[in-house]
Amino acid sequence: MSNVDVVVTGLGATTPLGGDVASTWDAMLAGRSGVSPLTQEWAGELPVRIAAQLKVDPSEIIDRVKLRRMDRAEAMGVISAREAWADAGFAEGSYDPERLAVSYGTGIGGVLTTLGQNEILEKSGPRRVSPHTVPMLMPNGPAAYIGLELGAKAGVRAMASACATGAEAVALALDLIRLGRADVVVAGSTEAVVHPLPIAGFASMRAMSTRNDEPEKASRPWDKNRDGFVLGEGAGTLVLERADHAAARGARVYARLAGAGITSDGFDIVQPDPECNGGIRAMKMAIRDAGLTGADIQHVNAHATSTPVGDMGEIKGIREAIGSHPILTSTKSMSGHLLGAAGALESIATILALRDGVIPPTINLDEPDDRLDLEVAAHKARSVELRVAMNNSFGFGGHNVALIFTQP
Amino acid sequence: MATRAEITSGLGEILEEVAGVNPDDVAEEKSFTDDLDVDSLSMVEVVVAAEEKFGVKIPDNEVQNLKTVGDAVNYIEANH
Repeated sequence: MSNVDVVVTGLGATTPLGGDVASTWDAMLAGRSGVSPLTQEWAGELPVRIAAQLKVDPSEIIDRVKLRRMDRAEAMGVISAREAWADAGFAEGSYDPERLAVSYGTGIGGVLTTLGQNEILEKSGPRRVSPHTVPMLMPNGPAAYIGLELGAKAGVRAMASACATGAEAVALALDLIRLGRADVVVAGSTEAVVHPLPIAGFASMRAMSTRNDEPEKASRPWDKNRDGFVLGEGAGTLVLERADHAAARGARVYARLAGAGITSDGFDIVQPDPECNGGIRAMKMAIRDAGLTGADIQHVNAHATSTPVGDMGEIKGIREAIGSHPILTSTKSMSGHLLGAAGALESIATILALRDGVIPPTINLDEPDDRLDLEVAAHKARSVELRVAMNNSFGFGGHNVALIFTQP
Repeated sequence: MATRAEITSGLGEILEEVAGVNPDDVAEEKSFTDDLDVDSLSMVEVVVAAEEKFGVKIPDNEVQNLKTVGDAVNYIEANH
């Protein structure tokens, strides 16, 4: 437990459900799906022809010339960071740029650039490869672009832990503020890999849903008929701030980031541990870190991606680490799985659930798995006054991250 | 063979596409870096696009001599 309080003062997102936080949250509460058919020509031969694609294209927001120099993941990160920064309402002189850091990740990196430029290389030769290729494909690119945009000078940290990236970036921000390395950290993650190669790769692992004829029903965490995750793209950003720094500038505070737990499985490079041992340790660590007990956790925005093994392992883990009382949801049922950006978007959903006293639904949970013995906000949003909530994120590589947010 | 005016206007189109330069600002006396705000990476793109558009080869050691739009027009006119 730390004696330094860290609070959330700004939120930003661009997702398959909306171009900003407000529209994304509205869509979640209404139980809308962001999944649609892939109409691109390349999708024809793929076993998976659905995805959750951005609602508002970056070209509608970022200047054309600037966008030529950015990978789609970078552009989405910048868009959500701009929103979060504006939302946090920093007045001129209310922060020190040398105490402003960025902790931002991506699960896969600038893969659209890598593959697009490779196509140019093969077709037209090395001279035609864009001179912007390297800053577009580098995995620290989103963090660096956000740092550049905001003039952050306390370090730009780039996280990569697959589907736990966004949550781990938030956890790192907590550490940076607690250790006194920054007053304010812009944290989150972005992912833009709607392209045949990553889709074919995940599909070859049999990790993705092939419910091509019913896109909106494809992402169905904990349902008996779930058959894999649905790829999503998007970005989410949180502005995290030392509580006394936020108070001094009269900032509006959404929530406290009370604790974080990070563990690794040491089990398999991609298979989740069916006993969820690493996840249990991460959840328990976060609870201890927050100075709470399992009994305090009322709601969990679960990792639950709609895969057969992972979904049920996490249920076991939550039961063991927290108990049988929390009400769960998986917003991936609506947003699809944003991979590296999932933890960032789902942190935002967790924070807004606390703010509004409402848990967004898990849609498509028509026939719950027999082993689902915890309560889920199925089908419809659930009004519950919340004081403490958790967000779980697990990633290929055996990464487990649990974050705890509380009322300010 | 393109005329000087045609080359200048062709460079204007490239500069607009690559660096967002207003084609009306493109004139022979303008410096790429100081007047038109074209940075070194964008200049690489301009050169490659100009090679393709005008069917010339502009070697890297020549690029450093192309300070102004007029320098580029001279080079393209003499070599295409």
